[in-house]
Amino acid sequence: MEFPIKNQVKLSLLSINENVGFARAASAAFSAQVDLTLTEIDEIKVAVSEAISNAVIHGYGELVDKDNYIELVMNLYQDKLEFVITDYGRGIANVEEAMQPSFSSDPERMGLGFVFMDSFMDELEVISEPGQGTTVRMVKMIVPSVEH
Amino acid sequence: MKVVTFMKQGILVVRLDGELDVCGANEFRNSVDDALELTGAKHILLNMQGVSFIDSSGLGVILGRYKRIAQQGGKILVVHLAPQVKRIFELAGLMKILTIYQSEEQALDLV
Repeated sequence: MEFPIKNQVKLSLLSINENVGFARAASAAFSAQVDLTLTEIDEIKVAVSEAISNAVIHGYGELVDKDNYIELVMNLYQDKLEFVITDYGRGIANVEEAMQPSFSSDPERMGLGFVFMDSFMDELEVISEPGQGTTVRMVKMIVPSVEH
Repeated sequence: MKVVTFMKQGILVVRLDGELDVCGANEFRNSVDDALELTGAKHILLNMQGVSFIDSSGLGVILGRYKRIAQQGGKILVVHLAPQVKRIFELAGLMKILTIYQSEEQALDLV
């Protein structure tokens, strides 16, 4: 059953490394409005950090354009927090392959980004089209609080 | 990310303060690679006391330095891992290649 949206924040971030920390802090602040453990908030921070880093590093990468923006939409429902990260960069040709542990296009990266997103969140969905961009949708379930 | 490097007992000590994400990782890489070049140190002692956050970019840069010094038999010693950072290290399998100590003094004495 789908609950209505209780709160929503939409951010548009220029694709630069410095905004990864900004998005992460925003996700922690958004998550703080529900009753989560510190560990759960840390998990959300890592997952969002990975998704935004992927957009900056792989989505836009060397594509230099003043209009390289990443959209971060955060939704609060009664039963879950949802984070949707979209870039309009180069996209991923083979999503299944890219999500494998240790898949990395760079020897200095561990290829663990999707592994962390998958293990720290309750749902992970990746939609990508080469040349069009990538959308990552992640959900963290929360225990519904009793409404009065 | 603040990165302080200095030599002690022939070991490159690296004190980190901040978040080890893609930004922190770049600063870490620049400082530590410069220091390794300059000193020719064999081992690195990482003091993680000020690190409250790490993601795969941070892990990658630590792994990269490990690969570099391991060729000469070097090791990475780590002190003061926060629980949430330790958990990420464990999930990534990094604990197998790092040696954890209680303090800088203990690490330096035991190497």
